[in-house]
Amino acid sequence: MTPTAPLLLIEGLTRYFGALSALNGVSLNIAPRDRRALIGPNGAGKTTLFNLITGHLAPSAGRILFDGDVITGLPVHAVARRGMSRSFQRTNLFPKLRVLENLRLAAAADGRGSYDVFGRIERYPAPLDRARAVAEMVGLVERLTEVVGSLSYGEQRQLEVGVALATSPKLLLLDEPTAGMSPEETQRMTRMLEGLPREVTLLIIEHDMDVVSSLADRVTVLHYGEVLAEGTFDEVKQDPRVFEVYLGGAG
Amino acid sequence: MIARLLGIAALVAGVAAFPAVAGAYPVKLLQEILIWGIFAMSLDLLMGYAGMVSFGHSAFFGIGAYVAAFALKQTPHLLSALVLPALVTAVAALIIGFCSIRTSGVYFIMLTLAFSQMFFAYAFQAAWLGAEDGVFGVPRPRLLGLDLANPTAFHLYLVALAGLAVLVLWRIVGSPFGHVLRGIHENEGRMEAVGYAVQRYKLVAFVTAGTVGGMAGALYTQLNLTISPDAFYWTTSGEALLMVIIGGTGTLWGSLLGAAAFILLQSLVSSYTERWMLILGLTFILFVLFAPGGMVGALRGRVGRRA
Amino acid sequence: MFIPDFFAQALNGLSYGVLLFLLSVGLTLIFGMLDVINLAHGSFYMLGAYAGLATLAVTGNFWLAVLAAPLAVGLIGALMERVCLRSLYRRSPLDQVLLTFGFIYLFEDVVKWIWGGKIRSIPPPEVFSGSVSFFGATVPSYRLFMIVFGLAMAMVLWLLIERTRLGAIIRAGVFDAEMSAGMGINIDRVFTGVFAFGAALGGLSGVIAGPIQSASPPMGAGILIPALIVVVVGGLGSLKGSLVGSLIIGQAETFGKAWLPGSSMVIIYVVMALVVLFRPQGLFGRALK
Repeated sequence: MTPTAPLLLIEGLTRYFGALSALNGVSLNIAPRDRRALIGPNGAGKTTLFNLITGHLAPSAGRILFDGDVITGLPVHAVARRGMSRSFQRTNLFPKLRVLENLRLAAAADGRGSYDVFGRIERYPAPLDRARAVAEMVGLVERLTEVVGSLSYGEQRQLEVGVALATSPKLLLLDEPTAGMSPEETQRMTRMLEGLPREVTLLIIEHDMDVVSSLADRVTVLHYGEVLAEGTFDEVKQDPRVFEVYLGGAG
Repeated sequence: MIARLLGIAALVAGVAAFPAVAGAYPVKLLQEILIWGIFAMSLDLLMGYAGMVSFGHSAFFGIGAYVAAFALKQTPHLLSALVLPALVTAVAALIIGFCSIRTSGVYFIMLTLAFSQMFFAYAFQAAWLGAEDGVFGVPRPRLLGLDLANPTAFHLYLVALAGLAVLVLWRIVGSPFGHVLRGIHENEGRMEAVGYAVQRYKLVAFVTAGTVGGMAGALYTQLNLTISPDAFYWTTSGEALLMVIIGGTGTLWGSLLGAAAFILLQSLVSSYTERWMLILGLTFILFVLFAPGGMVGALRGRVGRRA
Repeated sequence: MFIPDFFAQALNGLSYGVLLFLLSVGLTLIFGMLDVINLAHGSFYMLGAYAGLATLAVTGNFWLAVLAAPLAVGLIGALMERVCLRSLYRRSPLDQVLLTFGFIYLFEDVVKWIWGGKIRSIPPPEVFSGSVSFFGATVPSYRLFMIVFGLAMAMVLWLLIERTRLGAIIRAGVFDAEMSAGMGINIDRVFTGVFAFGAALGGLSGVIAGPIQSASPPMGAGILIPALIVVVVGGLGSLKGSLVGSLIIGQAETFGKAWLPGSSMVIIYVVMALVVLFRPQGLFGRALK
């Protein structure tokens, strides 16, 4: 395969909390159209890695390149504007606003018209259209006029992904999208994610191995802040180190 | 919809025609309600929509008031009455906002408090500002040949400006910008994560709120023809906060209601009993505890939830 | 005569600093534990002075007043926390701050109702009603008593907080209330206790201040802002910070009023703003959550 320029390139990323190193020399290369799963035991540093990529945390060492540009040290909103979007492990929505508004706000984040102090929302159809399209994608068309508080947990997780998707990102980071979901809800989410256009590159933190096997082209295993192994799901599954540390007896 | 517009029109007409049916004192009360209403609404924009609780809003009230006082004594022109106070207040809000916005929560409260107290302390002892006594003998402006010393003309001027303030703030709140503010209020972190430069929006909100607050101060000077350092004191900010909460945070017109409630309590209740402060404090406490949606929330039947 | 003046001012600054210290300790502990800026804290100061006044009127004994005032104000604080503040813990800390603001009006007017609005003087106790010569300056002996008392209280408080089990519980609660609750400490009771304790100290400050400042309903609002500045500069939640902060601010305000009457207050607010901007944890506070 001809090597394509990576969409996300992480080189030697390290992060200390006091004397504790949460991440130690992590390197990662994600190509466009890739679907990558990030797995590892709790405390392995997966969410910390996300926080470093999106700019919520600054690295102690190392650098991050997105689409060829260095983004290390950029503020959160600047990183997002470059085409990266993220969903959160703990549902992070706009609680008193309606589903449509949740999605519209994200879709309108490119700033066109956001400083319009006298106009009306309806004057800007693009974010509204995008919001409706995303609602269709995540299966929330019926719930557009509902306030977030009245949604079920599963629906809120769908909206959580939807909000991240509404910004039309090149790279979508999903932090345990199926956390706390029932098997049916998990299946629905997996099918939804599978159905996403390939233009949206995915990097997913997941604990559910069924989701990982259906969705991921490649898997990166993180352990104690370091990359333990990387490869396809089957390769990783059979790696004895991974077996020992993570997948453990149940393999 | 039509009924609503007719209702508002009737209200405005009633307010404008009030001097024809009432004595000087009730008219003055109404005019104070309008001015404090503008001040409280500007604070509601900041608190109820952008989610920034400030204890230093009196800084802008005072700046607008003093600038108007000095400018009008030079020339009683509309520029002095409205334009100059607005400009100076906007610049002050830009500077204070730029310093303060990076903080939030109780630190934002303390910082805004510190700034307004700085102005108070300075105005209180600065001889050129009249020190403790402030500025006296401020003339009313002239507007298009009309001398606003004429009480009827001044009343209509005030009603028009109050109406303009309501209209402008209403439009802002319903605009795309207003929606961004509400998003920031609901979940600032997520707004940042989807790509909004949140600090910039907050700064614009702060400057807008401050400028409108400054206008209220300028009108206050024009009403009373005098201004003292009390305008800067932290209790002025506190009273505006009371008005916003009692009226209903995040509803805009609730602040007008709150201003009316406060001023009526202060004037009318105090003619029957000396205990208006007690009643006010108790009312405020009860609202915070049981009716966080304020009077508007209660009217809408949602007593327990914030509007 | 410079030196006697200087010492007179320094002692004034010190005695004022002591009042600020007693008041700000409560404020800083309450903030450290509950994340609430108790704007009604100045009211506790005022209530202390009036409780002292009342006790004095009934018993004629100043020392009983010094004992009774903090107890009375502590009780009021406990009631306020238990009945009103507690129901707001589930809501944002800003709602709690706003609640305390309403109490300022309530307390001030109740006091005005009972005692009237005029300033009431509180005579110092017989034994301290004279003056003393100190480095050439004539100083009311009561001020010296205030200073000694204040520093003794600082000692007692330090021992209490650093050396007793109760103090350890308070420190744990200030550091991390959630974790303390998780470790089995009845955090609700600690909250009420700390709030009442802080109120009591505020009341103590007010009754001690009585002979110097007299009692008037607005006296609370006047000292609240300096106390807030002390807490910010010293560090929210730090006892050491309150002591150092109040000594600094006490001297700064006193000397400022004497030497730079124009700009002294402005400078103090500028210092407060700078601390919040560049070192929000103050001199000795813990780093921000």
